[in-house]
Amino acid sequence: MAMPASEIEALIKASLPDAHVTIEDLAGDGDHYAATVISAMFAGKSRVQQHQIVYAALRGRMGGELHALALQTSAPV
Amino acid sequence: MTANPVFDRIQADITDNPVFLYMKGVPLFPQCGFSARVVQILTHVGVPFASANVLEDPALRDGIKEFSNWPTIPQLYVKGELVGGCDIVTEMFQSGELTEMLTEKGIPHQAAA
Repeated sequence: MAMPASEIEALIKASLPDAHVTIEDLAGDGDHYAATVISAMFAGKSRVQQHQIVYAALRGRMGGELHALALQTSAPV
Repeated sequence: MTANPVFDRIQADITDNPVFLYMKGVPLFPQCGFSARVVQILTHVGVPFASANVLEDPALRDGIKEFSNWPTIPQLYVKGELVGGCDIVTEMFQSGELTEMLTEKGIPHQAAA
C-alpha cells in the first residue's frame, strides 16, 4: 500500500501552512519515506510534540497506509 | 477514567521500569528494523531496560498507540515519559543528548568499551 510523496506533503501543509517540507522516497517503492519538516509551529516544543503534530496532520495514515516515514522536524532558525 | 484496560498495564510498565521499550520482537530477536536499531542503541550506551513485545499482544499493540498518541512502534519510555521512536532516539544518540538525559535522570549506564 503506497502513498505518493505529493499527498504526504499536501497533508502536512494543510495543517502546517508555513511548513517547509522535503520528502525523499528512500526505496523508490512509495512506501518508505524520509521527511524533513520545518515550521514555526514547532518553536518551543519537544521533539515528541513536534512529531505528534506531523502525525496528527497525517490523520491516521502513519502506521497504516504509510509504513515508514522517517521524520526530522525543527523550527526555522 | 481509564478508557482502555491496557492503559493500566502500560502505566505500570513505565512506572516500575526506569527504561522501558515497546517493540516488535524481543531484544535478542527484534522483528523490525526500527525496533532493532533502538535495541542496538540502548545496548551500546549500556543502559539496562525492560521491554514488551507488541506482536504477542494485539490489545497492547493498539493500546500503546492510543496511550501515547503516537502511531508507531518502537516507543521508548524513560521515567514514565515517552522519549520517542526510532528517529528521535537515533538523533538523540548521535548528538549525545541520550546519554546526557540518562545522566540527568540518574539512570546508571555505561558505554561498552
